[in-house]
Amino acid sequence: MSKVSTKWVVLGGLLVALVLAGVVSRFASSDPDGLTKVSQDQGFAHTERARDSLIGDYGSVTGVVGVLVVLAIAGGVTYAVRRRHPHSEQS
Amino acid sequence: MHVPDGFLDAPTSAVTGVVAVAAVGVALVKARNELDDKTAPMAGLVAAFIFAVQMLNFPVGVGTSGHLMGGALAAVLVGPWTGLLCVSVVLLVQSLLFADGGITALGTNIVLMAVTTVLVGWLVFKLFQAVLPKRLSLVPVQAGLGALVSVPAAALVFVLLFAVGGNADVSLDKLTLVMVGVHTLIGIGEGVITFLAVGAILAVRPDLVYGARPLLEQRELVIKKSEVAA
Repeated sequence: MSKVSTKWVVLGGLLVALVLAGVVSRFASSDPDGLTKVSQDQGFAHTERARDSLIGDYGSVTGVVGVLVVLAIAGGVTYAVRRRHPHSEQS
Repeated sequence: MHVPDGFLDAPTSAVTGVVAVAAVGVALVKARNELDDKTAPMAGLVAAFIFAVQMLNFPVGVGTSGHLMGGALAAVLVGPWTGLLCVSVVLLVQSLLFADGGITALGTNIVLMAVTTVLVGWLVFKLFQAVLPKRLSLVPVQAGLGALVSVPAAALVFVLLFAVGGNADVSLDKLTLVMVGVHTLIGIGEGVITFLAVGAILAVRPDLVYGARPLLEQRELVIKKSEVAA
């Protein structure tokens, strides 16, 4: 039985993530999210201290950049702390 | 549910900051036991995927939207400790690059969306795994149920934090009701997305789903035993 290699699963998943962030995100709802809406309705939205985004709002380009930055950091951290010798207890 | 700067007062934000740092610290140590040749390559993907899906706000009721939090999804795919790290990285990047979630509120957001959703999502997943028949096909369902519960749970923790250190005087009864209400609806979306994503990986490579491993190991034992018998 041929098994899809881990490499292809990761590359395939990454492609899906890039398409979601780069293309599908254009169709996302622009309504306020649950907490934002509740803060408006319950009268504490004014306590927010807003600040400017470093690379702009979520869009196709910034979304793709975000995906790659997250991939690099999360991939780097987990690569660094992973077990290097899964079959030996002392390592 | 990204909490901006200002919703919670400084002492509360400091406490959630300490809790978040401690949780991430413990996760960095504990994740080592989860990260082997199979999960390590998946962890980066899971974080990147959660970041992408968090951009996809879906409508819940009139004039409100919600998006995936991802704790349950990450926990089932790569393990709870690694999952906590994955979601924390997503929240860090969202806060620093996109100003989505405050800087002083980063600890709060990690407590809500990484710690709470991973913990509740994973425990509910394991609970259903213990109660329901031991079948591989049920893993996405169990993951979806964990995800569904994890979102209103995070909403409850927010209300708790707001009760302690909210910067406005609002009715807590009302706040609890609307927060849990809207986040139960968002939780349904979270459950569906988690069901689909876990189901997709499970269909291609069940061994890459951390939460499915106990079932696979059991199956291997059964196969080996029958070989000996034959």
